[in-house]
Amino acid sequence: MTLSATVDMLKTGIWESFYMTALSSLFAYVIGLPLGVVLVVTDTDGIYPIPWLQKILGVVINLLRSVPFLILLFIALPLSKYVIGTRIGSPAIIIPLTIAAAPYIARVVESSFRELDAGVIEAAQSMGASTWQIIWKVLLPESRPSLLLGAALAITTILSYSAMAGFTGGGGLGAIAINYGYYRYEPFLMWVSVILLVVMVQVIQEIGTRWSKKSDKRIR
Amino acid sequence: MGESIIQIRNLGKEFKTAAGSVRALQDINLDIRQGEIFGIIGLSGAGKSTLVRCINYLEIPTEGEVLFEGQSLSAMTPAQRRKTRQSMGMIFQQFNLLAQRNVIQNVCFPLELTKTPKKEARQRAMELLRTVGLEEKAKSYPAQLSGGQKQRVAIARALATNPKVILCDEATSALDPNTTKQILALLKEINRAMGVTVIVITHEMSVIEAICDRVAIIDQSRIAEVGEVSDIFSDPKSRIGRQLILGDAVNQMKFGSSMQIRIIFDGRESAEPIISNLVLACKVPVNIMYAATRDIGGKAMGQMIIQLPEDEADANRVINYLKTIKIPYEEVEKHDVISHS
Repeated sequence: MTLSATVDMLKTGIWESFYMTALSSLFAYVIGLPLGVVLVVTDTDGIYPIPWLQKILGVVINLLRSVPFLILLFIALPLSKYVIGTRIGSPAIIIPLTIAAAPYIARVVESSFRELDAGVIEAAQSMGASTWQIIWKVLLPESRPSLLLGAALAITTILSYSAMAGFTGGGGLGAIAINYGYYRYEPFLMWVSVILLVVMVQVIQEIGTRWSKKSDKRIR
Repeated sequence: MGESIIQIRNLGKEFKTAAGSVRALQDINLDIRQGEIFGIIGLSGAGKSTLVRCINYLEIPTEGEVLFEGQSLSAMTPAQRRKTRQSMGMIFQQFNLLAQRNVIQNVCFPLELTKTPKKEARQRAMELLRTVGLEEKAKSYPAQLSGGQKQRVAIARALATNPKVILCDEATSALDPNTTKQILALLKEINRAMGVTVIVITHEMSVIEAICDRVAIIDQSRIAEVGEVSDIFSDPKSRIGRQLILGDAVNQMKFGSSMQIRIIFDGRESAEPIISNLVLACKVPVNIMYAATRDIGGKAMGQMIIQLPEDEADANRVINYLKTIKIPYEEVEKHDVISHS
């Protein structure tokens, strides 16, 4: 393989890893963030207690989180065929990634909300805030720095999960590492793609940490 | 003083816990008058924080009810209750400002909840910041403010919706004595200037003495005594009342075996040297254990604890003398003593 072909392949790998992670993270947040809100709000001491719903949701989330990702990947691929029309390639893996990440994100988001001082919510209630107003105007904005840190954690985890796509015909840097390093004994390409993954994780984490700090008005 | 703005009727609150139920409040009956500063004092665990939360239904009472301007909060829908809460501002020991919003945004917060137009809200917020003396801090964040400044912002925020009542839950307990004085003075000024009724929850008698017109003493989930602050100060009827008034005095003295009495000056006698005259008239020495003057509602109120001679006849002579010159006094007993360890 020529150098330029290798570079092109790695470029494609980076792009595929990037969009798999980005789209899965987006969809997983669309599902996981509201779930995290529901987990906190409907808890016994929450602002809108519905204990049975909270319990059931907790159990479902724990169930989904206890399935190993590689297993979930194979279980969910038929669903990909149904939704996206294919069970192979990078787009197909977005479905299992989203299913695996959403409950994880729900828990990450939940823990961010729980860090919030209960007194602030009580103050909002004393001013006559409704449940929705407390969610939109207190819970979410006051947790912003913690939510951003949590997002960096969640997205880097999703990126590392996406590296397993190689096992089911998906693309990305992980697939390159598996195909060349594991199947063809070309350690050089394997290491290059692993290093590129490490760099991506670093960049995402760094952006998350800095953004969180910059947005946090409690410091300075 | 006008008519009642808040009426608490047979109010009770029981918390259900895993270990069984815990009684926080029982048979609470109070009338809070329009325009007064009403204090609720008790030791920690007496139930005063629960009581203030029952007034705006942050805690829902398990018995009895609360009437705000004659309307029962129990009978209201959640939406009506939220609306009523906008007429009752609240400030807290830990200030509870929104950390991610700056000062003016914090003051605008309750106005956002009522969907007040932004420009109008800003204008109102600036006015209030002027009232609390924090105009130049409008763009600062809570983390950049001192405790006293944070509480001023919280007061401005509580006033934003033009409430008729302000509930203060241990509002000065996290502040140093100097800042406490300033915050109390501000509350008093707001009460006088705007006619806002103020309800103060505290465990410190000094807070009650500084600003309150009337006070309720709460002990073991019940109201022990209610009345004008000056009346309760000079003649506490309940054991807890005596403990709270003597509280800081008692730390500084050791009890001897002979009788001790508390003498109360209500500001009239300052021209007359009572103790000197007493000693000269009775020809017996008395031991001054403690003395202090406090400003209660603008009137200087003094109290002094003196130990009488061991000899019963001598002691009686002192008591008779006090009776003759009509100085209020009461015997101090061991159980009046609470230690602030």
